[in-house]
Amino acid sequence: MENIIEVENQYVIFRIHNDSYAIDISMVKTIEKVEDFTRIPNSEGYIKGVINLRGEVIPVIDLKKRLGIGEIEINENSRVIITYRDEIVVGLLVDASSEVVYLQKDEIDNPPNINESEDYNYIKGIGKKNDKLILIIDLDRILDIEREE
Amino acid sequence: MEINQYIDIFIEESNEHLQSMNECLLKLENEPENTELLNEIFRVSHTIKGMSATMGYEKMASLTHEMENLLQELRSDKISINTDIIDILFECFDKLEQYTKNVAEQSNEGEIEVSNLIVKLNSILNDNDKLIIADYTSDTGVKNIDYYILNILKEAMKKNMKGYRITVEIDEKCMLKAARAFIVFNTLEEYSEIIKSEPSTEDIEDENFDNKFEVLIITENSVEEINKELTQISEIKSILIEELEESSINADYDQDYKEKTIKKDNLEEFKEVSADKIEKKKKTVNNKVGKTVRVDIERLDNLMNLVSELIIIKTRMEDIGDNNSKQSMNEATEYLERITTNLHDAVMKVRMVPIERVFNRFPRMVRDLSKELGKDINLKMSGEDTEVDRTVIDEIGDPLIHLIRNSIDHGIETPDKRKLLGKEAEGTVFLKAYPDGNNVVIEVQDNGSGINIDKVKQKAIENNVITEEQANQMDDKEVPELLFMPGFSTADEITDISGRGVGLDVVKSKINSIGGIVEVETKKEEYTKFTIRIPLTLAIIQALLIKLSNEIYAIPLSSIKEITTIKTEDIRKVQNQEVILYRNKTLPIIRLSSILDTKTNLNKKELITVIVKKGEKEAGFIVDELLGQQEIVIKSLGKYLSNVKYLAGATILGNGNISLILDVNSLF
Repeated sequence: MENIIEVENQYVIFRIHNDSYAIDISMVKTIEKVEDFTRIPNSEGYIKGVINLRGEVIPVIDLKKRLGIGEIEINENSRVIITYRDEIVVGLLVDASSEVVYLQKDEIDNPPNINESEDYNYIKGIGKKNDKLILIIDLDRILDIEREE
Repeated sequence: MEINQYIDIFIEESNEHLQSMNECLLKLENEPENTELLNEIFRVSHTIKGMSATMGYEKMASLTHEMENLLQELRSDKISINTDIIDILFECFDKLEQYTKNVAEQSNEGEIEVSNLIVKLNSILNDNDKLIIADYTSDTGVKNIDYYILNILKEAMKKNMKGYRITVEIDEKCMLKAARAFIVFNTLEEYSEIIKSEPSTEDIEDENFDNKFEVLIITENSVEEINKELTQISEIKSILIEELEESSINADYDQDYKEKTIKKDNLEEFKEVSADKIEKKKKTVNNKVGKTVRVDIERLDNLMNLVSELIIIKTRMEDIGDNNSKQSMNEATEYLERITTNLHDAVMKVRMVPIERVFNRFPRMVRDLSKELGKDINLKMSGEDTEVDRTVIDEIGDPLIHLIRNSIDHGIETPDKRKLLGKEAEGTVFLKAYPDGNNVVIEVQDNGSGINIDKVKQKAIENNVITEEQANQMDDKEVPELLFMPGFSTADEITDISGRGVGLDVVKSKINSIGGIVEVETKKEEYTKFTIRIPLTLAIIQALLIKLSNEIYAIPLSSIKEITTIKTEDIRKVQNQEVILYRNKTLPIIRLSSILDTKTNLNKKELITVIVKKGEKEAGFIVDELLGQQEIVIKSLGKYLSNVKYLAGATILGNGNISLILDVNSLF
């Protein structure tokens, strides 16, 4: 088992377009800078391809495409956030990733339900920090894992 | 629950203990006098009892407890070992194995009942002190004397006691038949021991019988005495007392034994079916247990050493970076290369397990089969310590079972026939494993009748596997290969052991699926030898790298037949499928670029074609460029991409890029 340090309420912040998004740090393995992707034919359009991460073959999702808001352009700042959920390891391609923040429960609101648009389905909550809005993504929805409740 | 973390350990250790129990039992059968073996079996069952009780597997614990009781008696020479006892011990062993399997699959011991077995164990133990023997096969009357009761009778006779079958008929006018019967029982119990009654005592108590009932007793008293006592009871119409002669018991012993085993088998089959159903229901909820490998600590130390060397070389390279000396950089790179090679070897070794894990179930299997078929067979094994990859171990078991069964069933002749042919009555099956370069070779050889070439030919023609013309052209070495064709079976009568028509072709496809090959060699009246050649590990295969546009794909070499070029103008369209006439056969053409959606210039005059095979089917894959043959390490694409079509995995090329491996079987 991995050492569980105090990871509660910690979130990895990343940027897509000009918006800040966050993912629960307990689901994040590493953050990588990757430029080469191997295309997977006959796969879903949002799958960018696979990467070689120290000898492991890991699929990467273009998060912008997954959220239906365009396609990420690979440059100096783009990063792949390697996430894991049970046995599934998947990288998320994002425009940039910078910091880790603490968000207390009272700093997180529920996502607005009125708006039924696609991208909000992938948002678990909205955090506020220093007058900035941070959209917390729902990894299970992104990966299409059925949640056991 | 907290205990769950111990399940893995429990399974691993139980399997180990069961293995040694199996070995000891087999040895014990040949040398019943060896108390060392008894002690070992006792020790093992004691350990299993302790372990299973700790884990809360009560059925296992109680079964081993009963085994212990019996073994204790055997150890103290109160009971002597005979084949029946060994059979029962084997039966116990089977059940324990089943329990362990259940634990591994569904984290609990399952629903298998062992009360019958416990009764059997007790009946040996109780031999002649106690009389209550549960009526566990109520479908058989007293006339078919139960196998285990016979045992008791035999034991009793050794002690100068006599067995009687008493048939009592109660007067029709009797009002309280049950009470009357009870008096008969009581009287009998004073002078003898009742070992069986028909109908059962419960039925008699419930007045659930006609006017007649039968009892089997053993006693030191004479017939006259018993008869006298019984006739004093009123309302009895008739009493018939027959003495059970030892010779008569022995005579119908065998017959009964056979009947019994058949019935027992049916019973067990039925039980297994219902157990299966229960298992299936549970399977949806169960949590699975990971595969484990036990590793020699030395190998881990070796691995550790290599990793520390790796750290040293890393620091050294950092230093070189500062000093910028080319000479030492080269040295360091060479050193690094050596370490990585060693590291690769070391990790491979960690995954290796001795093939013993597969082999050790065979002695028992051969023993059971030879008993069943009435053949005298000796299994000789060698090279059990040959090591293969853990993944291969799981795959190789079934094909080997099949081949061994085949040898025993079709290969080895009956003892009489062997004697006629001037061979030893005892047939031998050799099972041999040895490493050969990057392969492991396993041979299954029997000194039986060999393969009947003519019969094989004839059968192949009958089953439309080949034409008569083809048969005439075949030489004797090619003919046995026909056995691997689908739907082929030469056994005249279909037996339970092998020869159900599905056979060697399944073995072949299984072996092929793990990248191995199987060959057969035979000499009439002398031997048949099956040779299996499998790669040391499944993780590395030979592949052909091809290029489509700027993407590199790998095609496993094992499914490639040949490479050729074809002319675009020769391609014809048949029902929307492109085909070409190649070597007088129509060959379907598959353009990989369109399936895999790569941009390719379609206007070329000559096309490079890789001809691949899937069983008997062939197809031509059009590729852009051939890059060459290479050994590749197969990596899984992971669970997330598990349903992507046409891909079998990925591999990492020398430059760190990923190349996808095509799943040839799914492409056509």
